[in-house]
Amino acid sequence: MKVSVTVNGKLVEREVEPRTLLVHFLRDHLGLTGTNIGCDTGQCGACTIHMNGMAVKSCATLAVQADGAEITTIEGLAQNGHLHPMQQAFWDNHGLQCGFCTPGMIMAATKLVANNPNLTEEDVRHGLEGNICRCTGYENIVRSVIAAAAAGGGD
Amino acid sequence: MGSYIGKSMKRVEDPRFIQGKGRYVANLTLPGMAYLAIKRSPYAHAKINSIDTSAAEALDGVLGVFTGQDLLNDGVGALPCGWQVPNIKIPVQYALQVDKVRHVGDRVAIVVAESPYIAYDALDLIEVDYDPLPAAIGAKATMEAGVLVHDEIADNVSYTWEIGDMAARNKAFAEADHIVELDLINQRLIATAMEPRAAVAQWNEFTEEMTLWTTSQNPNLTRVVISAFTLQIPEHKLRLISPDVGGGFGSKIPHYPEEILVPWAARRLNRPVKWVSTRSEAAVSDTQGRDHVTKARLAIKNDGTVTGLDVNTWADNGAYLSIVAPLIPTAFYITLLSGLYKIPGIYGNMWGTLSNTVWVDAYRGAGRPEASYVVERLMDLAAQKLNMDPIEFRKKNLIPAEDFPYQTPVALQYDSGNYQGLFAEAEDLSNYAQLRADQAQARENGRLVGIGVAGCIEASGPAPSAVAGALGGVTGFWESGSIRVHATGKVTVLTGAHSHGQGHDTTFRQIVADQFGINPNDIDISHGDTAVITNGMGTYGSRSTSVGGSALVRSAEKVRGKMMKLAAHLLEADEADMAFDAATGNFHVKGSPDKAKSFGELAFAAYTAHNMPAGMEPGLEEDTYYDPANFTYPNSAHIAQVEIDKETGQITIQKYFAVDDVGNVINPMIVRGQVVGGIAQGVGQALWEGAQYDAGGQLVTGSLLDYTMPRADGFPMIQTSRTVTPSPHNPLGVKGVGEMGTIASTPTIVNAVMDALAPLGVKHIDMPLTAEKVYAAIHAANGGGH
Repeated sequence: MKVSVTVNGKLVEREVEPRTLLVHFLRDHLGLTGTNIGCDTGQCGACTIHMNGMAVKSCATLAVQADGAEITTIEGLAQNGHLHPMQQAFWDNHGLQCGFCTPGMIMAATKLVANNPNLTEEDVRHGLEGNICRCTGYENIVRSVIAAAAAGGGD
Repeated sequence: MGSYIGKSMKRVEDPRFIQGKGRYVANLTLPGMAYLAIKRSPYAHAKINSIDTSAAEALDGVLGVFTGQDLLNDGVGALPCGWQVPNIKIPVQYALQVDKVRHVGDRVAIVVAESPYIAYDALDLIEVDYDPLPAAIGAKATMEAGVLVHDEIADNVSYTWEIGDMAARNKAFAEADHIVELDLINQRLIATAMEPRAAVAQWNEFTEEMTLWTTSQNPNLTRVVISAFTLQIPEHKLRLISPDVGGGFGSKIPHYPEEILVPWAARRLNRPVKWVSTRSEAAVSDTQGRDHVTKARLAIKNDGTVTGLDVNTWADNGAYLSIVAPLIPTAFYITLLSGLYKIPGIYGNMWGTLSNTVWVDAYRGAGRPEASYVVERLMDLAAQKLNMDPIEFRKKNLIPAEDFPYQTPVALQYDSGNYQGLFAEAEDLSNYAQLRADQAQARENGRLVGIGVAGCIEASGPAPSAVAGALGGVTGFWESGSIRVHATGKVTVLTGAHSHGQGHDTTFRQIVADQFGINPNDIDISHGDTAVITNGMGTYGSRSTSVGGSALVRSAEKVRGKMMKLAAHLLEADEADMAFDAATGNFHVKGSPDKAKSFGELAFAAYTAHNMPAGMEPGLEEDTYYDPANFTYPNSAHIAQVEIDKETGQITIQKYFAVDDVGNVINPMIVRGQVVGGIAQGVGQALWEGAQYDAGGQLVTGSLLDYTMPRADGFPMIQTSRTVTPSPHNPLGVKGVGEMGTIASTPTIVNAVMDALAPLGVKHIDMPLTAEKVYAAIHAANGGGH
């Protein structure tokens, strides 16, 4: 089947098998390997991207469902060589260690802040329940998101 | 330049990760690459009658389907065990099984195809005819299962190990005023590094060189094992690359069957081949952790003195022995049973068993958390028995600061510490007296509030090679560190340690920058590629800074020594009159800072070689193999406050205080990150995580739907502090930090929950302390009513 999607501001068209997962489409067909795969049951959130303005787990979405959609991946977040405030906050606050969950965390967190710019620690902890990190114990991720919110770090 | 050690420098590795440019193995694509998938056993134990691969081979896009017989015909060797305690019985394990499968997920066949989707389609077309057999399950129960995992290993016992002072133990228990007994289970865990394992291999038919990209914590060590034992590709023709690795926690130490299958297939088909584990596959193929059944006794006097500890443990190794599996419940477990305490009569005894489950090996802390858990649960029960405050009771038994170095009755000699100071800081940080007063108030109001305390020790920085050899290690445990100063004064550092989240690129730059008085940005750290790093041991056991960092200091000292001689020569001064100024990086005549040669000038002079001292070779690079004199002994005192919802059994961690002595600290931000991350992992064991097998050997927690990982909403902000007693035997005075939080938080949280339940008379609940179990305990304590 033919899929046409706008990814990070660029329209792309590809032939895919109907069963192709969106995350495989991004990684294997478009070479956007920043979106990681950490599980196969939609639990870990490493594959979180933005699709039509929502944070979406791309391992639980078919590529064909994205036909006509606007998608932003972690590679599309920095603009004109400037880190997004959320990326900067993760760096400043040691919000990552191995880095594998980080793209999904950042993509989920930017939507979290966009939806609630004045969020509390509890809001962040609750809002990131769908993203698993094994390294950090979450604390510096929470600090990063709160810092980014103060810096206007929604999407 | 000033000192970089002790500064919270932001990590140099982060920009690529936050922009989605991490260099993980799964991201690698090579021209002409094919994809491998593995047919795994659905049974815990079964005889393989036949394997029919014809339908899979006929599928369009399939390049080959192979079984264990193909590997045997090719002379591929069995996976070795690298830790051999006396009289150990090592079961034979091949990458693909031929006659029998011994756990769910055991390997039966492989498919290589043009795409991963086709490879998985083909797996379903392989017909394996099995005769299912009964399964042997349970660390202790497997001995009486009446089923042998390996026919040649009686009672499913692969090895036993014991150590201690039996006479002192017997005396302690004979003369004890009280004996506290505890039967406990330290449940099995699934490591769950967020990056699933992966491998890519490329064969060069002309040079006969194999390159293997693999998610390893120790690529050099794995290269040795592949060369010497399994694929037997000569070591100089085999290159392993472990680029960015997304967490390990011990599960990426072993040499895995996939590291045989992927390069074997690449050579056989003369195509680059890639395999990426799914999470479900990881659950039945990554090494798992812990899994002890323990019976323990503590001998105490009426005044609160602990005199004896007796421990019997059954440790499940799974169906086969992973690379260092026998180390974990022996020399990394029983030797730590002295904890922070002066206990004269300790004796430990263990049985290393086999079962029809996934193999078990190192998992964050690896043996040492299990030891601390036994000791710290007993200390709490003993304090309760004597009606003493748990901190007062512990303080009565702490090893005095003046007793270091301290020889325990279980082989180790602790290098340094101030445990009284550690506990004083923990009481201060937590305002402990106030916590207890608040708890008393809460109890009066009928609330189940508990305060947990644990004091823990780790033997980290493995290991003195001769000691490792004496204890069963097949290899040594030194680390390599090389410094290459270039002609322009820039520096390349090679380390055999491997970073998979620890931030070595930043920490090691800080160490080397201070050695030369140069800017960290003029230094590059190289690790994880055996073509660049000739030999190395890798990262585990909180060893990278104390062993790997020390190797770099020694190499830097050698480089500085040569630069000093060269500077003296160029300045026409006597070397004895020269000094190095770490603040400027200048080598100058003592008392004459202007008569100096800079780091950059000397580097250039060493390579132009126009004017060298007699007998000095050009160039400026040095290597070191650093073999530590002892382990290091990080220690901690953690305190937590929890509250239990009586109606649901739900536990909330309200406050958590962590004081750790990890020796000197290079980067406080990174160290704190390790402590906090470690705490979360240990809390995971205490409250949520547990690999569960049913009686037939099915893993019923085989996905993240069933295996409960710690989530962001499970924690309060952690309050941390540090005390510092430098390690006296390494040049940095560091002890190691990677595992301390995990070791300490598990008993801290369990002790807190048991403290909350103490008024109900509940003495012990085995982990994980799920709401269901806690609710049942409350319900039972209330006589079945509510």
